[in-house]
Amino acid sequence: MLELQDICFSRDNKDILKNVNLKIDNEKMVVITGPNGSGKSTLAKIIMGIETPDSGKIIFDGKDITELSITERAKEGIGFAFQQPVRFKGLTVKDLIEISAGNSLKLCDACDVLADVGLCAQEYLNREVNSELSGGELKRIEIAMLAAKKSKLTIFDEPEAGIDLWSFNNLISVFEKMHDDIKGSIVIISHQERILNIADEIVLITNGTVGKHGPREEVLPQIFGKIKPCHKLENKERCNKGGTVNE
Amino acid sequence: MNNIEKNLLKQVADIEKTPMGAYNIRENGKGVARNTTANIDIVTKKDKPGIDIIIKPNTKNESVHIPVILTEGGLNDLVYNDFYIGENADVVIVAGCGIHNSTCDTAQHDGIHTFHLEKGAKIKYIEKHYGEGEGTGERILNPQTIINLGENASMEMESVQIKGVTSTIRETYANMQKGSSLVISERIMTTGKQTAKTIFDVNLDGEDSSVHVASRSVAEDDSVQEFISNVKGNTKCFGHVECDAIIMENGRVISDPKIEANNVDASLIHEAAIGKIAGEQLIKLMTLGLTEKEAEEQIINGFLK
Ligand SMILES: Nc1ncnc2c1ncn2[C@@H]1O[C@H](COP(=O)(O)OP(=O)(O)OP(=O)(O)O)[C@@H](O)[C@H]1O
Ligand SMILES: [Mg+2]
Repeated sequence: MLELQDICFSRDNKDILKNVNLKIDNEKMVVITGPNGSGKSTLAKIIMGIETPDSGKIIFDGKDITELSITERAKEGIGFAFQQPVRFKGLTVKDLIEISAGNSLKLCDACDVLADVGLCAQEYLNREVNSELSGGELKRIEIAMLAAKKSKLTIFDEPEAGIDLWSFNNLISVFEKMHDDIKGSIVIISHQERILNIADEIVLITNGTVGKHGPREEVLPQIFGKIKPCHKLENKERCNKGGTVNE
Repeated sequence: MNNIEKNLLKQVADIEKTPMGAYNIRENGKGVARNTTANIDIVTKKDKPGIDIIIKPNTKNESVHIPVILTEGGLNDLVYNDFYIGENADVVIVAGCGIHNSTCDTAQHDGIHTFHLEKGAKIKYIEKHYGEGEGTGERILNPQTIINLGENASMEMESVQIKGVTSTIRETYANMQKGSSLVISERIMTTGKQTAKTIFDVNLDGEDSSVHVASRSVAEDDSVQEFISNVKGNTKCFGHVECDAIIMENGRVISDPKIEANNVDASLIHEAAIGKIAGEQLIKLMTLGLTEKEAEEQIINGFLK
């Protein structure tokens, strides 16, 4: 379980996060939403250790990790898929997936995580993660890396951005599969109603504070004024049927 | 052959046992082993140190290994190797030089390699340079590669300086005829107070000739590298030069590219980028559980692969 206590973060005389208190329970699928610039990515970076809060505490599985480095947090079981994935001249998809998995990955497992995000392993494993890849391909590889890492808590920052509509349902299947396999918590930062629809809980961030946090059934109507509970079921079914990305 | 010699050969020519096909191994200024085949002849030069490698037309699927190793200090080894590749031959040539210097005297090897490719000939040329040894003596390598590509000939050159070379000046000159193509990929790593200078001078004289030069280098510690290129497009042709460098600590890289279009149908591109490892690359790998040091190593290894 992750707990943020009174997190404050300001830069250039601007309060970006103001006394954020948030609990993310084990095995929960939590979607964080909120306007552009409200502080969602900053919050994710603070959880990962990329940004250091000015005050407040971060507790992960009962342990105070506020002072831990990025590497230490990664080893404790926190993972983070960037909003803007990083490109590397020279490192291949295979290299990155191996690093993610801690080098103990079998080739067929690497293929599986790529297939889950709709990439043909044969075509992509040995490709360099450089500027020749399209934005959507890069996003998929980023997700595959986190699927290979199998963290107790994984944060995805706008994973659907740049992913074509055709593949959207498969993307959701990836999250649900990860959720079922790893039994960890998944946090997805998203603006997409379809992603909100698969959440157990929704957190609304406005102006650097937690505006709302509760079960989807409660929060969603307050955001959109209506609730569509059937979506999640539909996707679960699709997933169970073993749908592939290029169906 | 002792372990030092074996390791040098493995480093520069990937040779663990006796190589397949034609070979000539030179150690401390003398030829020590040679093999020729029905299609590939190796002849010692009479007028100066070095060998002629003569490859018959239409020779396919054969290779030539000509590694040079130096295991003594105080040696200045100059050698001229000429390659004559017959029409439509298609072969792999592996050269390279390894120095093990445990003395305080300089060990130096200057290899001058001239390639003559006939019409339609095709080669892959791999050249690795490597230095080691606990001595304070310098390890110097100054390779010169002169490339003459005939009509529709093509050459792929892979040039790697792995590590341990105190100073190097690497010059490559190419003259290209109609329809010929040249692809060069260079990887250099310097550390400590090492210096490396690379010069590429390419004349695109033949219609529809093309050259692609991709240089990637890493300059660590107090090392200095210089990259100079000059590609001249004298007809309808294509040239692309790419120079990427990572600098670390006090490493310095000077990039001096020149492209010269002397014909309205010449299309020439140059790209150069120098900088330290991007912070976001380190951060990404750290979020995957690597330490900063491990992340750095992964990035450098990948970059130079
Ligand atoms: N290191 C920093 N220095 C100064 N300003 C920052 C810094 N980090 C974030 N900000 C600012 O904080 C605000 C929140 O940024 P953040 O990226 O967290 O927003 P977001 O909610 O993820 O937005 P989006 O939906 O557009 O991705 C923005 O106004 C941003 O410019
Ligand atoms: Mg954001």
